Amino acid sequence: MDNAIAWIFIFPLFGSVFAVLARFVNRKLSYPVSVFSMAGATWAGVETLRQAMSSSEHEVSYLLGGWTLDLFPRGVGIEFRADLLAALICLIVLGVGLLVTIYSKIHVEKETPNKESIYYSLLLLQITGLAGITLTGDAFNLYVLIEVAALTGYGLIAIGSNRAAAATFNYLILGTIGASLYLLGVGYLYIKTGTLNMVGIREVIEANGLSDSATMQVAFILIGVGILIKMAFFPFHAWLPNAYCNAPTTTSCLLAPLVTKVMIYVMIRMVLTVFGVEFSFESNIWVSWMPWLVVIAIICAAFLALSQREIKRMLAYLIVAEVGYMVGGVWIYNYYGLIGSIFHIISDACMTLCLFLGAGIILHKCKTTHFDGLRGLFTRMPLTMIGFFIGGFSIIGLPPTCGFFSKWYLITGGMVSGRWEYMIVLMFSTMVMVVLFFRLIERIHLAVDESGKNLGKGHGDLGLTKEQTRFDEAPLVMLLPLLVAAATVLIIGVYNQDVVNQIETFLQAYDLPRGVEYK
Amino acid sequence: MGEAGIVSELFLERLNYCIYVILLLIGLWAMLAKRNLIKKLIGMSVFQTAIILFYVSIAVKEDATIPIYLPEHDPHGTHHQASEDKNESHVSEHAHGPKVLDPKTIKGYANPLPHVLMLTAIVVGVATLGLALALTQRIYQGYGTIEEDELLEKLDRADERAGLSPLITNKRNAERRKKAQQAKAKPSSSSTAKVSKKKSPSGSSQPSAKKGVKKKA
Repeated sequence: MDNAIAWIFIFPLFGSVFAVLARFVNRKLSYPVSVFSMAGATWAGVETLRQAMSSSEHEVSYLLGGWTLDLFPRGVGIEFRADLLAALICLIVLGVGLLVTIYSKIHVEKETPNKESIYYSLLLLQITGLAGITLTGDAFNLYVLIEVAALTGYGLIAIGSNRAAAATFNYLILGTIGASLYLLGVGYLYIKTGTLNMVGIREVIEANGLSDSATMQVAFILIGVGILIKMAFFPFHAWLPNAYCNAPTTTSCLLAPLVTKVMIYVMIRMVLTVFGVEFSFESNIWVSWMPWLVVIAIICAAFLALSQREIKRMLAYLIVAEVGYMVGGVWIYNYYGLIGSIFHIISDACMTLCLFLGAGIILHKCKTTHFDGLRGLFTRMPLTMIGFFIGGFSIIGLPPTCGFFSKWYLITGGMVSGRWEYMIVLMFSTMVMVVLFFRLIERIHLAVDESGKNLGKGHGDLGLTKEQTRFDEAPLVMLLPLLVAAATVLIIGVYNQDVVNQIETFLQAYDLPRGVEYK
Repeated sequence: MGEAGIVSELFLERLNYCIYVILLLIGLWAMLAKRNLIKKLIGMSVFQTAIILFYVSIAVKEDATIPIYLPEHDPHGTHHQASEDKNESHVSEHAHGPKVLDPKTIKGYANPLPHVLMLTAIVVGVATLGLALALTQRIYQGYGTIEEDELLEKLDRADERAGLSPLITNKRNAERRKKAQQAKAKPSSSSTAKVSKKKSPSGSSQPSAKKGVKKKA
C-alpha cells in the first residue's frame, strides 16, 4: 500500500458520511459502520508507521493532488508527512479512536437517543481532524484541521445536556481565541518566509539567518500562546474541567486522552520542525522562565485535583497537571526531556483512556462518580477496577506501567539540564497522585465510612449488604476496550525500549544537548 | 525621522495594520469582558475579521492585477489565435500548461495565496459562529437567560446539586419521597387515618433498625 496515509483519512471521512446515510436504512447500522471505518483507519495507521520505520529517511510523504516535489517547489500544494513522531502519535490517535468507538455503543444509545448517527458522524470527523493534525506538513492546513477537530469537539460535547452546552460556550470562546492567535502567527511566518510548508519554513529561516528577526519572535509568541490555550496549560485551563465533566461519557473518553496531547504534539512540531531548535531554544528568553511557569502549573493543577470529590472532575485536573509535565519536558531543552515528553504523550493517552473508560463504566453501573458512591466496587466489578487502577498506577508511575518510564525520562532530563525545580515538582506531583489514587483505593476496598468509623469486621468484610457485593461486571463491549487499553499500558511499559528507539531515531536529526550544559 | 515621520508611518503607510490591531483588541476585550453571550459572539466575529484584514493587507500590491494571465502573457491566448489556422495548431501544443513568467512580468500580478487562505478562514468563522449561536439558543432554552452573571449563578447552583455526595442526595430523595407519599395520603383519608399511617411506617422502621444493630453487634 503506497497510499496508506491517504487511507487514514478516507476511512473515517467517508465513514462519517455513511454513518449519517445509514440512518435512513436502519439507525442501528451507524455503529458497525463507524467501528468498521475506524478499524480500517487503524490498519492504515499501522501500515504508515511500518513504512516510516522501514524507509531510509524514516518518513513517508504524500502530496495531495499530484503537486510533486520534482515538478513544483516545496510549498506549492499541501503535503502530508509522516515521520516517526507523526506516525507514532497518529497511530495512538487512531487506536484510541477505535477503542472509544467500540466502547460507545451503550452510552451513545442511552445518553443521546435518536441522535446516534449524527453522534457517530461527529466522532469520526473528530478523529479525522486529530489524525490530520498529526500528519499534515503545512502550517495553514494545520490551522484548518485544528478547527475541524475543535468544531466537531464542541458538537460532541454540547450534544449532551444543557449544562454541557453552557460549558461548551466557554470552550468555544477560548478555543477560537487560541486558534485565531495561531492563525495570526502563521500570517507573520508567511510574511517573513514566503512559504507555508513546515520544512520549507525552517529551511528559509536557517538559510537567511532569521533568528533575530522581530517578526519571527512575534510569530513564535502568537503561535505559542495560541497552542498553550488550546492545550489547557494551567492559567488557560478554565474551559477543560467543565467541558469534559458535563460531556456525554463517550465524548470525554475520546477528547480527554487525545485533544490536549495532540496539541502538545503540535508544540513539539512547531519547536523542532518549523522554527528549528536553534531559534526556539538558543535565541530566546522564554527558555529560562517556561519551566517556572510549568512548576506553577503542575502545583496548582495537583492541588485542584486533590480538592475534587468526583472522579471525572479529578481526572480533568489530572490532565491539566499532565499537560504541565509534557510542556516542561520540552522546555527544559534537553534530549532526554524531549524523549520523555514524546513518550509521555503516548503513555498518557493510553492511561487517561483507561481512567476515563473506567469512570464511564462506574457512571453506567452506579449512576454516580462521586467518591462516596464507590464503596465495595471491587467485589462487584473486579475486572473494571483492575483496568481502572492500572491506568491510575501508570499516572502515579509504578514500574511495570508505561507511566513510570516516561516519567523516568522526564526526571532524567530535568537532572541532566540542571532544572532542579522541574524535577522536584515532578516528585511532588507524583506524591499528590499517590494520595489521589490511594484515597480512591481506600474507598473502594476498605470498610471505612466518611467519619472514619470501621464498618466491617475485618478479614475482607466490608460491612456491605449482599446486594452491594453481588458480582455485576460491565457489559463486554465496555469491558473489552478498557482491558485492551490496560494491556496496552502494560505492554508499552514492558517494551518501552522499542518505543524509545523510534523516538530516538526521530530526534537524531535535531541537535539537542545531552550532557550537563546548563548556563 | 521625527514625530511627523512616525505619525505619517502609522496613519498613512500602515493604516491597515493599525486598524487590524485596534479591531483585534476590541474583539478580544468584548469576548473576555462582555457579560452578554451575544455580545461575546459579536466580539468573536470582530476578532476574526481583524485577522482577515491583516491577511488581506499583507497581500496588497499597487497596480497589480489578479493572478490570471494577461492577454499578452497567456500561452493559451496565442494558442487560440493560432488554432484558427488549422495547420499550425499542433505546433503550439507545447504551450499547454503553466508557463513560467520572468520576474519583471510577475510583479504585475498580486499574490493570491493570502486571499485563498482567508476564504478558508471565513468558512471556518461562519461555522464557528453558527455553532455558537446554536449553543446560545440551547442555553437560553435551558436556563432562560443569556446574561453571563445570571447564567453563572444558575450553573453554580446546578453544579452544587450535581456535585453533592450520593449519601446526602439519597437521604434527600428518600425524604422527598416520604413527603410525596404523605401528600398523597392527605386528601384521600380522614385525620385519624393520617395519624395512624404516619405512625405505622416510623413505628415499623424503628424496631427493624434496632434489630439490624443487634444483628451486627
